[in-house]
Amino acid sequence: MYDPTVARLTYRALLGRRRALILGALPLLLIAISVVVRGLAGADDQTASDLLGGLALATMVPIIGVIAGTGAIGPEIDDGSVVYLLSKPLKRPTIIFTKLIVAIAVTMVFSALPTLVAGFILNGNGQQIAVAYTVAALVSSIAYAALFLLLGTVSRHAVVFGLVYALVWEALFGSLVSGARTLSVQQWSLAVAHKVAGGDLVTSDVSLPTATVLLIVVTVLATWYAGQKLRSLTLAGEE
Amino acid sequence: MAVEQPVPTSAATPGDQTRIHNIGYRNYDGPRLGRSYATRSLYSQSLRGAYGLGRSVKSKVLPMLLFVVMCVPAAIMVAVAVATKAKDLPVDYTRYAIIMQAVISLYVASQAPQSVSRDLRFKTVPLYFSRPIETADYVRAKYAALASAMFVLTAAPLIVLYVGALLAKLDFADQTKGFAQGLVSVALLSLLFAGIGLVIASVTPRRGFGIAAVIAVLTISYGAVSTLQAIADAQNSTGAIPWIGLFSPVTLIDGVQSAFLGASSAFPGAVGPTNGEGVVYVLVVLGLIAACYGLLMRRYQKVGL
Repeated sequence: MYDPTVARLTYRALLGRRRALILGALPLLLIAISVVVRGLAGADDQTASDLLGGLALATMVPIIGVIAGTGAIGPEIDDGSVVYLLSKPLKRPTIIFTKLIVAIAVTMVFSALPTLVAGFILNGNGQQIAVAYTVAALVSSIAYAALFLLLGTVSRHAVVFGLVYALVWEALFGSLVSGARTLSVQQWSLAVAHKVAGGDLVTSDVSLPTATVLLIVVTVLATWYAGQKLRSLTLAGEE
Repeated sequence: MAVEQPVPTSAATPGDQTRIHNIGYRNYDGPRLGRSYATRSLYSQSLRGAYGLGRSVKSKVLPMLLFVVMCVPAAIMVAVAVATKAKDLPVDYTRYAIIMQAVISLYVASQAPQSVSRDLRFKTVPLYFSRPIETADYVRAKYAALASAMFVLTAAPLIVLYVGALLAKLDFADQTKGFAQGLVSVALLSLLFAGIGLVIASVTPRRGFGIAAVIAVLTISYGAVSTLQAIADAQNSTGAIPWIGLFSPVTLIDGVQSAFLGASSAFPGAVGPTNGEGVVYVLVVLGLIAACYGLLMRRYQKVGL
């Protein structure tokens, strides 16, 4: 199910040349802001929770997830070079699975790791906040990567749709319509984080069993459907 | 077998042997429309392209959808104001763009790369420069086109609000003043956002990556700045709030308009910049716009050669 060559190619497509630097700029910014906030406000659990929840989990993880998830397959389909990959004797689900693993790994490294570091800088893991948000970032990395990888195989405008989901649906509608929060990767991962932290600082609108089930269902379904989609891929010309 | 060439009979000089035969093609003797015409054409093509006009149906969907999403809340507000016979519109002209910033960011993120990244990827930039236009013309045309498209996007809801306000018989002088202030503010916003979007998009030939990079710069800087401002507000260090606001495009525009255009600030605690700080805001905005233009010029000095 895992092909090292495909994985190597995907890593190079995602992190090759100067792309790793651009991806690395976001985590560095988060850590820099944490240092500034710690200097400005001192160690405060509420502040740490606000910053990690608002900036790291709500903005950074989805954006890195969009870049890694769609970037793992989108550009190849876009410029047509995916046919060289598809013509090799590899199962299409294997290709998708490998790319998913790579996308998850990249998202985790560039979002969950800095979340942990930022959490420790902000309040030294007081009330388990750093660990809780790191777990949330890890969990949501998996779901986002699977979801956006699927988008990459379905649409040529995957990045835009991914960002519309992440920014408009989760952030805007999530804050206006409470029902939208049930259908949000962010809230599902917060439910897991709530279980880890145990306190009242990290809360979610979704109960843990629902969240776990939905996370698994979305990840598995998205991966399966992306594999199906790749089996019957038609290469369209540039619009 | 080489056929023996017939020896030229006349004693012509060697220079005469090589000549291009005139086989009767006509020369072009119509008007040469020149550099400014080509620039104008590029401008109008780019402006139309920013709304998907002259492109496929699929590429019309997103910009048109975003345009509608921008205008619908304004129409609803107007309808409410007319129906309830309100004394004032529910939202200031200057505040509208700040509220709808997610839509504006999405628009610039999706259209800036389509304006310049595709030219880079399909290597059509050298073709442009084989025409009479020069680097500066290309940059100016693209920048002006995207800024105009952004202005259309941000000014249209203001027009809806203004017309609605007049229909609801609100105070004419008051509304006109607010409308004019709003237009100035969205013009600045269009120039700033278009510049930032184009600079980022012109670096990468990959459209998807460009979109993500533009949106990351716009939203993450705003998220970071507003978080820091909220913390500064909670710490009662209100003096720091305006200075933090200098670091993201949206808060820059917010600062300029609350200092000079009579807007109420969206900063935490509604602490807008004072007039002195407002001058700094204006200078930073103008500096950023000039810097974007300069960077674009530098970028296209040696592209595709």
